[in-house]
Amino acid sequence: MNKVEGQTGESLVRSGAKGRIFDVVFANGTKVCAIIVFLIIVAIMVSLIVGAWPALKKFGPSFIWSTEWNPVTEEFGALVAIYGTIVTSIIAMLIGVPVSFGIAIFITELCPTWLKQPIATAIELLAAIPSIIYGMWGLFVFAPFFADHIEPWISDTLGNLPFIGPLFSGPPLGIGVLTAGIILGIMVIPFMASVFRDLFEVVPPVLKESAYGIGATTWEVIKKIVMPYTKIGVVGAIMLGLGRALGETMAVTFVIGNADRLEESLLMPGNTISSSLANQFTEAVGEIYTSSLIALGLILFLLTFMVLAFAKYLLVRLTLKEGVRT
Amino acid sequence: MDQKNPKNSQTLLEKGFASIKGAGGPDKADGKPSSFPLKIEVQDLNFYYGKFHALHSITMGIPEKKVTAMIGPSGCGKSTLIRCFNRIYELYPKQYATGEILLDGRNILDPKEDLNLLRAQVGMVFQKPTPFPMSVYDNIAFGVRLYERLTKDEMDERVEWALKKSALWKEVKDKLKQIGTALSGGQQQRLCIARAIAVKPEVVLLDEPCSALDPISTAKVEELIDELSADYTIIIVTHNMQQAARVSDFTAFMYLGKLIEFDSTEKMFTNPMRKETEDYITGRFG
Repeated sequence: MNKVEGQTGESLVRSGAKGRIFDVVFANGTKVCAIIVFLIIVAIMVSLIVGAWPALKKFGPSFIWSTEWNPVTEEFGALVAIYGTIVTSIIAMLIGVPVSFGIAIFITELCPTWLKQPIATAIELLAAIPSIIYGMWGLFVFAPFFADHIEPWISDTLGNLPFIGPLFSGPPLGIGVLTAGIILGIMVIPFMASVFRDLFEVVPPVLKESAYGIGATTWEVIKKIVMPYTKIGVVGAIMLGLGRALGETMAVTFVIGNADRLEESLLMPGNTISSSLANQFTEAVGEIYTSSLIALGLILFLLTFMVLAFAKYLLVRLTLKEGVRT
Repeated sequence: MDQKNPKNSQTLLEKGFASIKGAGGPDKADGKPSSFPLKIEVQDLNFYYGKFHALHSITMGIPEKKVTAMIGPSGCGKSTLIRCFNRIYELYPKQYATGEILLDGRNILDPKEDLNLLRAQVGMVFQKPTPFPMSVYDNIAFGVRLYERLTKDEMDERVEWALKKSALWKEVKDKLKQIGTALSGGQQQRLCIARAIAVKPEVVLLDEPCSALDPISTAKVEELIDELSADYTIIIVTHNMQQAARVSDFTAFMYLGKLIEFDSTEKMFTNPMRKETEDYITGRFG
């Protein structure tokens, strides 16, 4: 008996020592990985600020609200690109969020079993398509169709409405801010739909059963059980989708028209920060031009940072409102 | 007491079934469930999970405003059976039932049956507490709002009534706005019972309601079941023999998807007709 105990004790000590060394190595290894993340963020931030400094010094804060973008006179302002970035992203969210929601709810709650997998696979395939393909499809297929069939209708109907009319009037060019927003919307759908689906699937079946068990309909279960249960994740997913839409470059560059003028109408060409960068960096000559583009990049960085910060703030408020969670 | 086998009955009682509900004689002469007014009549019920035949022609009558316990080893079909009473199984594809279940004489397996109304009539409480992700108050008001349009005062009254009925009012009256999931496990389960009775169902199905609870909470829930049986027909699935003996008026023993024996709890625990029942209750099963 004693002997056996001694043996196990000994072997425990030996494996413990080995385990400890491995533990130390492992812990420090992961720590280094985590620290690298901070270093990269700081490095990017610093190099963006250094690069943008000449432009920021020359134009001052008015860089943010100036609509001028003239490489010849070397006068630069970011408003056109900021406006285009934000507006295309809002359009993308207005389209993407409800559709993704519908897809996810259909798959998790309503869809017959045999159809689930095909739809889920199709969504994953959509997500795997490179963004440049969306851009090409948008430019060669969607934009002409949009110009011929939908834009005339939009400017004839919505264009005549008070207040929002000016947003929807203008010639049917096909390419423009609205087209870019729609393409972006299509691009964020697969991502958001699959995240929503994963979220809805973790709602415990017993929770849904007990709601059905007191006679709730599918809609009531979704609205009162599934959505509140997953709302934190849903907000997070929407913000991630928004982050993607803000930064998406190639597809937008193809269809937005790349015009550095501020237009009232969504049907007119515009520009976003990322497509400005993609289009103009190679041809940027002179320190101020390059520096202005880097300043645009800095603004995009801050914009996505603000979106994330806002998402965090929203989540904190949501949890506070609910009181203590256990 | 009708005891053909006094010796056997004594061993059962010695095994800890000292508190058998209704010991001293059931209301009616023979004490058979069928001699009471019936709330639910199950006729030749068969249930399938896809190809698996889970329930084999069950026929039984469940008396009104009594507590009926379902006992039997895991996988014997007791939960499956009570999941038929509110047709909750229909949430899952490939599960179906044949036969008839009459609730007050109405066949609830009829495809034309309104499921939402049925589930308002037949409430259910699950093994694990399932508070909804909302406040304590809304947890209870949620179900009520589905069927009734009440004023704020009426709703307050109903919530208080349900919480009092489920012996939870004293503990949560100051935390009504707190989220339901922040309560303790025992409180959550009583909250779920309160939620189930708030819509004023006629039948309450309890699927192992105490299996995740500590002894004190279990005692509270059992007391509650006893009180509720004055107004509701209660069907409880349990793995705990003592619990079945303590809380139920009638006990059904199921094995391998078949109903082996169904009788008054007293008779089942003192003098069962079937060998299998006796073996299971005394723990000689296997």
